Amino acid sequence: MSTRSGRAAARGLQYLALCGYLVFLGFPLVWLVSTAFKTPQEMALLDPTWIPGAPTVQNFAAAFGEQDLVGAAQRSLVVALASAALVVAIALPAAYALARYRSRVNSAALGWVLVSQVFPFILVIIPLFMVLRAMGLVNTLPGLVIVHVTFCLPFVLWMLQGYVRGVPRVLEEAAAVDGAGRWRTVLSVIAPLLAPGVAASLMFGFVSSWNEFLFALILLKDPEIQTLPLALVRFTGPEGVVRLGPLAAASVLATLPSLLFFSFIQRRLKGGAVTGAVKG
Amino acid sequence: MAPPTAAPPRTEPPGPAARRPRRRQRTGGGTPWALIAPALVPVVLFSVAPLLYGFYLSLTDARAGLNVDAGFVGLGNFADLLADGDFWASFRIGLVWSVGVTALQLLAGMGLALLLDLDLRLRWVARTLAMVPWAMPPVIVGLMWKLVYHPDAGILNAALRDAGLVSGGIDWLNDFSYVLPAIIVVGVWTGMPQTTIVLLAGLQGVPRELHEAAQVDGAGVWRRFRAVTLPQLRTVITTITSLNFVWNMNEFALVYVLTQGGPGGRTRLPMLYAYEEAFRYGFFGYAAAMGVAIVLVVLAVLGMYLRRRMREAE
Repeated sequence: MSTRSGRAAARGLQYLALCGYLVFLGFPLVWLVSTAFKTPQEMALLDPTWIPGAPTVQNFAAAFGEQDLVGAAQRSLVVALASAALVVAIALPAAYALARYRSRVNSAALGWVLVSQVFPFILVIIPLFMVLRAMGLVNTLPGLVIVHVTFCLPFVLWMLQGYVRGVPRVLEEAAAVDGAGRWRTVLSVIAPLLAPGVAASLMFGFVSSWNEFLFALILLKDPEIQTLPLALVRFTGPEGVVRLGPLAAASVLATLPSLLFFSFIQRRLKGGAVTGAVKG
Repeated sequence: MAPPTAAPPRTEPPGPAARRPRRRQRTGGGTPWALIAPALVPVVLFSVAPLLYGFYLSLTDARAGLNVDAGFVGLGNFADLLADGDFWASFRIGLVWSVGVTALQLLAGMGLALLLDLDLRLRWVARTLAMVPWAMPPVIVGLMWKLVYHPDAGILNAALRDAGLVSGGIDWLNDFSYVLPAIIVVGVWTGMPQTTIVLLAGLQGVPRELHEAAQVDGAGVWRRFRAVTLPQLRTVITTITSLNFVWNMNEFALVYVLTQGGPGGRTRLPMLYAYEEAFRYGFFGYAAAMGVAIVLVVLAVLGMYLRRRMREAE
């Protein structure tokens, strides 16, 4: 095993395996992007091509020309922005309380965060539908916002209380010693340090609402108020292949928010604003 | 996700530090309810209460209509479930899907994690690519794979034809025997990245000295993996496998977009079946009973799995 040729062969096999993974992970993505840039004529070819012969942006233009898709995207944007803002607004005080005060609520909250990760959605969705119907919120966007807020709340709460814990208590106490009032402390000491956490939570709230499908499918029946995932699923009608180009283009665009979020998170994970704020 | 910080050393004199918590307690009364309430109310109203109500619904014959009286039927729904052949078929499909996808996610994820842990050249490409499926909305993943599997315009058939493996085109998502494997591949593609990242984090926590010691003792690559790496990863593997299993059992959007449960119910996962019963036919009570049954099976499978892992650990 330790001979040089043996090691070279092992390396070769490792690269071969890695290439296999790259192909498996990458080829559907390449195909989606490639389809998005193809002309309808090229789509109709009997032998599909990997790379568009004459790349075009007409599919993107066509996607923007579809009233259904554009309207749905606008509604998705409104729902996602409202959900993100709301979830952070109600999670932030609770996160602060969980991180700073020791009480029995802490373990209950932690338990719920765990349960929410393995939530049997099918069991909740029927009663939730009935509750929202009784409140007159079925088939409305506020109803969907409420549901999205409720179901990303546990994770946002978890994330934010981690960030609050990261702000050393000594800093708060130092501000108090320097004569800052409670609000002053919150605004000028804690808020700036929590900004990255709040930004990450806002983005998480936005993306999970933007991507969500099942609740939207059940709550929004009228085509006029459907969100983007629903509209995309309905988009390929009986016309078939001709509409695949615009569908691929719209799919690429609809993926961008989550991709941005993940690249942001990846970079954030490396930096810590507070490390070193307290002298050891 | 919080930046790591060491416990702040207590440098101030004990007097004010001891007094301050008492002042907090006086204003907050132990638990600061005013801060917690805005988050607590929606959670209780829109997820805890519905969850409990769901258990109750499973014991009634509730229907979708607004003014329909629901009667208490005890375990009647569950008796019906036992006799419902479609439900058993759906259940079998659900188990094949969940167990299949979970097992393949673990195998494929482990392979990729081991490769990424090595000092290979294209590592960053694989790392970046592995993030993408994780970030994509499930609906888009479904639509994308529909393009791949498309019988005429899909790349898979074209590639197979070019390789001379098939002559015509296979209608992957409408073929009775190909459809389940086809969607399992999509499930693995979607979930593998997350598994990989978790396993990779675990691998990087395995002390190098253990490997070196095993190598000095003459253990080969496979032996080192079995005797050093796997035992160190035990907790990580158990955790991610359990989570994956539950997540896969809860999967809806992906399969709904790909096949809507077809052809002929071949991919009708229990979630899709319950959805149809509830929101297409309006049998709320019956669908809730299905939900309870799914939860019970998930818990039973998880319990069996966790117990076996515990016994292995002893």
